[in-house]
Amino acid sequence: MSEQNNISCACEGGEPTAAETGGGTGKGVGRILVLQILAVAAWYALYLQLLPFSEWFAYGLLGLDPASHLGSAVQFFVYDTPKVLMLLLLVVYGVGILRSFVTVNWTRSFLAGKRESAGNVLAALLGVVTPFCSCSAVPLFIGFMTAGIPLGVTFSFLIAAPMVNEIALVLLYGLLGWKIAALYFATGISIAVVAGWVMGRMRLEPYVEDWVREIRAGEATDEPHMTWKDRFTYALDSVRDIVGRVWKYVVLGIAVGAAIHGYVPEGELAGIMGSEAWWSVPLSVLLGIPMYTNAAGVIPVVEALLGKGAALGTTLAFMMSVIALSFPEMVILRKVLKPRLIAAFILVVGCGILIVGYLFNAII
Amino acid sequence: MKILVMGPGCPKCEQAEKNVREAVAEAGIAADIQKVKDFQEIAKYGVFSTPAVVIDGEVKVVGKAPSKKDVLSWLK
Repeated sequence: MSEQNNISCACEGGEPTAAETGGGTGKGVGRILVLQILAVAAWYALYLQLLPFSEWFAYGLLGLDPASHLGSAVQFFVYDTPKVLMLLLLVVYGVGILRSFVTVNWTRSFLAGKRESAGNVLAALLGVVTPFCSCSAVPLFIGFMTAGIPLGVTFSFLIAAPMVNEIALVLLYGLLGWKIAALYFATGISIAVVAGWVMGRMRLEPYVEDWVREIRAGEATDEPHMTWKDRFTYALDSVRDIVGRVWKYVVLGIAVGAAIHGYVPEGELAGIMGSEAWWSVPLSVLLGIPMYTNAAGVIPVVEALLGKGAALGTTLAFMMSVIALSFPEMVILRKVLKPRLIAAFILVVGCGILIVGYLFNAII
Repeated sequence: MKILVMGPGCPKCEQAEKNVREAVAEAGIAADIQKVKDFQEIAKYGVFSTPAVVIDGEVKVVGKAPSKKDVLSWLK
């Protein structure tokens, strides 16, 4: 079981490489808190200046015409890049603080006593905030199984964890608006809950690899105690880690958006990916499976698709398929799951994504 | 002293091993450093998130790569 070496994984869980633990007492927490309030105030003041600055930059300094394609594209780029990056900083920091409480061990013991249904909902929601990386999927799966968490509940977690996370939501909000971000959150969680519940009904337990069912895990170790100072450091490290990895997708996404913004979309994809073509949704899901990237990487593509006239349902289906159904993750999960269970996983989640795709193509 | 670095081989696990080796070299102590990739073995220690570092049977960190400074503080 050591051939996992060459599998790259888009670790989005925000597991800071060098969080300092231990040390620091409660001293200095008050000072850090005051500094944080000041930092948020400064953040907000700066945030309010972004729009006037971008207009001054594009139309005043560069002297571009606000009505021209180039002018509005430049203004959009200069406004949106710092806007999305600033949002990302704030949200990743906040989630980092939350994550210092909601660890894998905490989630494991929290879910252990829960029944199905409620368990599925809680697992999907915890999947959003628990630090998780697909590399860690196998130990986590073993941990959940040995804690007696039902298989379906475990899958609700495993589906939600990569698909719905704060980075995807901030980028969708910043680039495509709050409505699409909210829609993505609600449908992503629903798929994780329902697919997990359905898999629980399918009685798939015999298709978990035998050695996993025989494991007698040791007592979960107590988490090292974290002081508030440790939590702030942890959050700062996750900001450095995540923003350092994601910023290039943000800039790329906004550049694509600026191009679309300035130069009117031609709707050339409307024919093949529009809501008229019934086969476009299953095709998007199939195309998404071999593709493997994290939520941040797929968003520039999503933006381009929408801008070129692809239907919203089709585009959401594509995005979810790329993130939630990925070939490398199946290879990792194959260590603990028999092929039949993996097939059931792909089938159930794939159906969920199809329904979401058709639903939004029909409504919007 | 026996140090176990647990993880299937993802980038974070490599980072953990590197930091442990550097810290041990810096502290100048003789330690037996082993990588544990077997999931059954990892589960026995009650570790459900990788990377993890175990020193003389005691789990020191779970779910993240410790910094060199962290490891040095455990070696004392």
